[in-house]
Amino acid sequence: MWRSSTAERDGRVPGGEALLTVDGLRVEFATRQGVVRAVNGVSYRIDPGETLAVLGESGSGKSVTAHAIMGLLDTPTVRVPAGEIRFHGTDLLGLREDDRARIRGRRIAMVFQDALSALNPVFTVGAQIGEMFRVHEGLSRREAERRAVELMDRVRIPAAAQRMYDYPHQFSGGMRQRIMIAMAIALGPELLIADEPTTALDVTVQAQIMDLLAELRRESGMAMILITHDLGVVADSADRIVVMYGGRVVESAPVHEVYQAPAHPYTRGLLESIPRLARKGRALPAIEGTPPDPLAMPTGCSFHPRCSYRQDNCVTDAPPRYRIGPTRDSACHYWREVLDGSHG
Amino acid sequence: MAATGEPILEVGGLVKHFPMSQGVVFRRRIGEIRAVDGVSFTLRRGETLGIVGESGCGKSTLARLLMALERPTSGSVRINGREITRARGAELRQVRRNIQMVMQDPYTSLNPRMTVGDIVGEPYEIHRKVVPRRERRRMVQELLEVVGLNPDHVDRYPHQFSGGQRQRVGIARGLALKPEIIICDEPVSALDVSIQAQVVNLLERLQDEFGLAYVFIAHDLSVVRHVSDRIGVMYLGKLVELGTEDDVCERPSHPYTQALLSAVPVPDPRGRETRGRIVLQGDPPSPAKPPSGCRFRTRCWKARDVCAEQEPALQARFTTGHAVACHFV
Amino acid sequence: MSETTVERQGRGKHARRGRYSPGGPWRFGPPRAASLWSDAWQDLRRRPMFVGAAFVIAVFLVMAAFPWLFTSIDPHDAATCHLSEARQGVSDLHWFGTDNLGCDVYARSVYGARNSVVIGATTAALTALVGGLLGLFAGFAGGALDALLSRVTEIFFAIPSVLGALLILSVFRTGSVWTVVLALAVLAWPMTFRITRAAVITVKGQEYVLAARALGASSGRIMFRHIMPNALAPVIVVATINLGTFVAAEAGLSFVGVGLQSPDISWGLMISDARRRFLEAPEPLLFPALLLSLTVLAFVMLGDAVRDALDPKLR
Repeated sequence: MWRSSTAERDGRVPGGEALLTVDGLRVEFATRQGVVRAVNGVSYRIDPGETLAVLGESGSGKSVTAHAIMGLLDTPTVRVPAGEIRFHGTDLLGLREDDRARIRGRRIAMVFQDALSALNPVFTVGAQIGEMFRVHEGLSRREAERRAVELMDRVRIPAAAQRMYDYPHQFSGGMRQRIMIAMAIALGPELLIADEPTTALDVTVQAQIMDLLAELRRESGMAMILITHDLGVVADSADRIVVMYGGRVVESAPVHEVYQAPAHPYTRGLLESIPRLARKGRALPAIEGTPPDPLAMPTGCSFHPRCSYRQDNCVTDAPPRYRIGPTRDSACHYWREVLDGSHG
Repeated sequence: MAATGEPILEVGGLVKHFPMSQGVVFRRRIGEIRAVDGVSFTLRRGETLGIVGESGCGKSTLARLLMALERPTSGSVRINGREITRARGAELRQVRRNIQMVMQDPYTSLNPRMTVGDIVGEPYEIHRKVVPRRERRRMVQELLEVVGLNPDHVDRYPHQFSGGQRQRVGIARGLALKPEIIICDEPVSALDVSIQAQVVNLLERLQDEFGLAYVFIAHDLSVVRHVSDRIGVMYLGKLVELGTEDDVCERPSHPYTQALLSAVPVPDPRGRETRGRIVLQGDPPSPAKPPSGCRFRTRCWKARDVCAEQEPALQARFTTGHAVACHFV
Repeated sequence: MSETTVERQGRGKHARRGRYSPGGPWRFGPPRAASLWSDAWQDLRRRPMFVGAAFVIAVFLVMAAFPWLFTSIDPHDAATCHLSEARQGVSDLHWFGTDNLGCDVYARSVYGARNSVVIGATTAALTALVGGLLGLFAGFAGGALDALLSRVTEIFFAIPSVLGALLILSVFRTGSVWTVVLALAVLAWPMTFRITRAAVITVKGQEYVLAARALGASSGRIMFRHIMPNALAPVIVVATINLGTFVAAEAGLSFVGVGLQSPDISWGLMISDARRRFLEAPEPLLFPALLLSLTVLAFVMLGDAVRDALDPKLR
């Protein structure tokens, strides 16, 4: 079951027009203490125009997978021993670096959490946005500036024509994130990867940025992978969700179905531990224990030490991704019990 | 969580302005940042007061003022009726036995060169009379047990613990002197989602066990709602709304509170297409140049001329004591 | 709850833009109790650069302490020199040849190690102590004390060090080990001061220092229990690297004639004495110069290795 193709696993027609599929991806880091399997057989797909949320906490491998898609894992300590990342059917991992560079930025773009350190402090934002056009489209300086102002207008930066001569530190956090988004969408990518785009921002600014992203997607029809740890943000904007834990996908489903009835104990635990009005004054049903040690992943299901549904076989057998619905799967041997919510 | 106890912490007209200066040899003042600008509230024994607000609203400065880590420009902070803002030396040390804090970042709030036992036991080194020397190790182990850590791990170093466990160490240190008040400054926001609930539960259990009063400062409204009896909303150095959890969250009356509440994403996709949401325009103004009159008027959809001229006072506008600083309630 | 001994410090942040440090994006505590120092030691033991440098330094230290273990000739004894054997090349009898006065270059090189090591180590310790303590106080106190000390160090930085050392040593007229140490230390402490001060200011802003203040800890306790142990690493690194440069500086001062004077033995003096006849007899210059370079290199490499082991960014 592990090695079956993503399309089959997601219950879709093989050869259907997936925009991007990640299949059996593994990423390893060499550290002083040993090899860390940061991503351990991850598969998911995203269709054109869709918003896919990848939910997980730090160390779950959600960001590393995204970096693998972007081709940003090019240091000697990283290895990708297995897996494919197909974009329109072409395996990105098999491409030469200059072919990848042509896709990166132009067809797949990325927005990072920390906009301040992702922008170059010594160039004006106009020059940095214009750079995208000068490098990729060979426009003149004047023409590139004109397009930069257009883009800054499009991401709702007030007085764009003047502010393009300002430096990144002269903008607020929310405005900087808009500049990052402007650079990401400059060349009209088909896929935008947003890695925790609002985590560093205040809630009122977060609402502005999420609205902006939604609007841009409506206009351009681009697909988005939204990497986040925030169940609220996912509920607000995603079509489908992939939940990651310990370097693996534990649940994948349409967003409405997950919130109604989660089919993996981890997802269930996360949803239950959110403070809600009805739980006021009572202890939150928290997931016990701590996230797994990436150097010493638990045997079998990596969630088993923290799981309230655990049985003996969870310690020994890693669960496959059981198909539990037309577009749903869960990597839990006891997904039926979880779905029924029938444990004491 | 009885909210009827006698006042234990009284804050009146608290102001903290940080001077901004320029020049190296001849420093001259070019202005001031009004981080906290006239905050008043009362905390009762065993109660939790939540303070919410966005970055730059002054909530962290408020925490430091309450801890007497900064001296206020003006105003008063009284603990059990005793003024602490002018306390020094031994008197200040005495005050600190009664008010402690839990910090945001479990990675930087523990000294990496000290064992967990030394960290949790440090309060006893500083306040030597509290626990006799030979009792200290046992006390430290007891504290570790209270916060849900293995007492045999006293000799380990912070980097051998996960983020959530480190935060427990920080909480144990805060409890060591058996204070009556604990200031929690964003105690869960640096933790993984699956760990946040554990720490929230721990804080609530400790409150019940030791009758602690909390000032719970955070930007995450859903957590603040869960733990607080009363909530104060801060904007640009001022409280704009203060009332019971129910009043503030169910009947928000200040436009800023309304916008804040509606901006919090609801973890439920049902009805998201039709959900109304107030999206504020722009960013908060700089605390160095706050707007005249009502500070929220530059982003407020209800603003009229009077808002620029007259500053609305934070006053009880309902029979429940629910206080709002807005001309149009 | 399960007690794992893990810390994930890097989160996704380090992963961004493909910059993975050799330590990896995560940091793991070893299963036993370990401090940063013992972690660093575990790390150092596995670095060939460190092991090599430490071995070379160990040999020189033994040479400095017990030179008679290496040679049976006592170069302080004039009777061991024979003018008739001056400027002989390498031979079984004279491994490094002989110098202008017919003394054995090998024996003199061995005995010269002591002055180099004593001067290097004493000066490094003195600068670390003076610069370190002043840096600690200035960084911690800030304000007027900091401003004053910082201006003073700036004045020192404006003095070219060779000129300064010449000036100081010419005041004493006779160069001895202690005057050389003094001259070097007076000129070198400002650098240690600056590094310590910067480290202290960084540590002072950490939350655990705030936490200690909130507990009511005294300034002394905060300085010596919380700030100093965490600001020590860069000072140790600089002191190690400095040690090498002080050895070289001693040689330089002796070479130009203001450092140690005959009949003291030092590598710098040997190089100076041999320079005029270098073309006809290169050995008396080459061998002490080689030992000097090796010592300096060993200390600089040791400092580098220690820095890598202690640098929290790489961990």
